[in-house]
Amino acid sequence: MIEQLLTDVQSPERGGACVFLGTVRSDDDVTGIEYSAYDDMALGEITRILDEAQVRWPDARVTLRHRLGLIPVGEASIAIAAAAPHRDEAFAACRYVIEEVKKRMPIWKKEMHADGTATWVDPSGKQIAGGLRDR
Amino acid sequence: MGKVSVRFFARYAELAGCTSSAVNVPTPATVADVIARVREVFPGTRALPPRPLAALNQRQVKLDAQVREGDEVALLPPLSGG
Repeated sequence: MIEQLLTDVQSPERGGACVFLGTVRSDDDVTGIEYSAYDDMALGEITRILDEAQVRWPDARVTLRHRLGLIPVGEASIAIAAAAPHRDEAFAACRYVIEEVKKRMPIWKKEMHADGTATWVDPSGKQIAGGLRDR
Repeated sequence: MGKVSVRFFARYAELAGCTSSAVNVPTPATVADVIARVREVFPGTRALPPRPLAALNQRQVKLDAQVREGDEVALLPPLSGG
C-alpha cells in the first residue's frame, strides 16, 4: 500500500518524499477503532484539502487514503504521501494535510475495548460511552 | 414552510435513533432553527450540545447560515478523523 502511494506522488523531479501513517494505538485496552464518515462531505473535503496543498506547494504532489470500518490496533487508518523537489516542501505538505484532516474531516472514531465496551472519541479529551458494540 | 433533510452521524445517530430524516421549518430559516426543530422531533437529540457542529449541503457552516427548502443539514459530533 505504501509502495502504491509513493508511486502516485514520486517522479524524477521530486527528490524528497514523505509518508505519514496514522495507526491505531492500544491505549486504554483498545482492541480496535471503528471509523465512520459522512461520505459525500468527506470526499469533498479530501479534494479541497489536497487542492489547497497544491496551491501552497505547487511543485509537490500529495495523496491521501483514509480507511473506514473496524481497524485493529497497529494497523493504519490513514496514509498520506507527499513528494516534492526538496524535503522542506514534502514535509510541509504532508504535515498540512494531516493537520487539516484532523480539523475538518467528517469522520468519527469509536474505540473498541477488550471488555466489550465502546467509547466515542472526542479529541478535546472527553470520552462518551458509545453503547453496545455491534459485533 | 420548507422541508429540509437532516443527517445524523456517529453518536448523534445513536441519540436520534436514525441516520437521516427530514423536518419542516418555517422559511426563511437558519441552521439553528432546523436544529431546534430536530430537538422537538427527536427527543434523544436533546442531549446534543447547545451549539453542535453543523454542515449545510456538505460544507461546515455557522448556525446562523440560511437554509432553503431541499437543503441538507448534517449534525456533526466532534470530528475525530485521521
